[in-house]
Amino acid sequence: MSPLLQTFANGSALGYRSRGAGAIAAYESIATVSVGSGGSSSVTFSSIPSTYTHLQVRAVVLTSTSTNYLLGFNGDSGANYTAHRIEGNGSSVGAAAFTGIGRSYIGFIPNTSYPSTCIIDILDYANTNKYKVSRTLEGSDVNGATGYMTFWSGMWLNTAAINAVNIVPVSGNFAQYSHFALYGIKSA
Amino acid sequence: MPATYEPIATVNVTNVTTTTFNSLGSYTDIIVVAGGLTRGTANSVFMRFNSDTGSNYSYTQLVGNGSTASSSRSSNQTGIMVAAGTTGLSSTPTMFICQIQNFSNANTYKTILSRDTDSNGATEAFVGLWRNTNAITSITVYTGGDFTGGTLSLYGIKAA
Repeated sequence: MSPLLQTFANGSALGYRSRGAGAIAAYESIATVSVGSGGSSSVTFSSIPSTYTHLQVRAVVLTSTSTNYLLGFNGDSGANYTAHRIEGNGSSVGAAAFTGIGRSYIGFIPNTSYPSTCIIDILDYANTNKYKVSRTLEGSDVNGATGYMTFWSGMWLNTAAINAVNIVPVSGNFAQYSHFALYGIKSA
Repeated sequence: MPATYEPIATVNVTNVTTTTFNSLGSYTDIIVVAGGLTRGTANSVFMRFNSDTGSNYSYTQLVGNGSTASSSRSSNQTGIMVAAGTTGLSSTPTMFICQIQNFSNANTYKTILSRDTDSNGATEAFVGLWRNTNAITSITVYTGGDFTGGTLSLYGIKAA
């Protein structure tokens, strides 16, 4: 069973072919990481095949300390990324830009007991003719002060095809029960 | 690679105040898509889980209404707002897409995301929290007055 129209967090949509007549499946699970009791200093999806058109990461994230967490590609942690955000913190709205940073941003975890959740879209990731862009919808609510609802965009200033996605906390570790899933989306 | 992202159910919500999905299947994530919701009055739309009507929910929202951007927070609520009732009347339907990730894990509080558009009022994003570690087994969507039209669709995504 497959939907005729696939909808995404940002309201965009992809049409499906019917799978009944030799059609393709457009949205596939590639890999999943569930963080165990020892925690993890990073999560990497490697050896990503170039056979998809887009990638999507869906995650529920806990950390050992309050921290931002970041998005990198192909193991590159040089100052080769930029990022923009718009964010509501429960009382006001702010926007910011970052250039020459070591990875793009995904989100912020204000409290270690309350998970952040995010959806990251990495579009046209295998194209070798342009820089790579990502967009993220992320939020964390803690039933009180310091909850955030955030949109991020990011750019990797590199034309290489993305074959690895690296997710790291700025401080501490990803905590047990964090869950990261990578999906591939095909075009017709 | 296994294909995933499958439709689970769709209901028409005309003249309905509350809709509950009880069969969520063996997926990793659930997505609730509201198509063209219309309401007689500008009531907001809320979500709760496992029939929990206690004050165990909270949410933070980000709103742009065409002239200003704002953010607000509501704590100790009886449901999570997933679409604000700025308009949502018969001529200006509301849609939202709500993401409920890793819903069957029984170890963490549940954090959800919703993107909502009132066609004549605002564009909004919500992050909501249910302070309960139980696996989510049912999803209830409700509003203050009857929906006068539209659909609610449930999709499932299964991770490898």
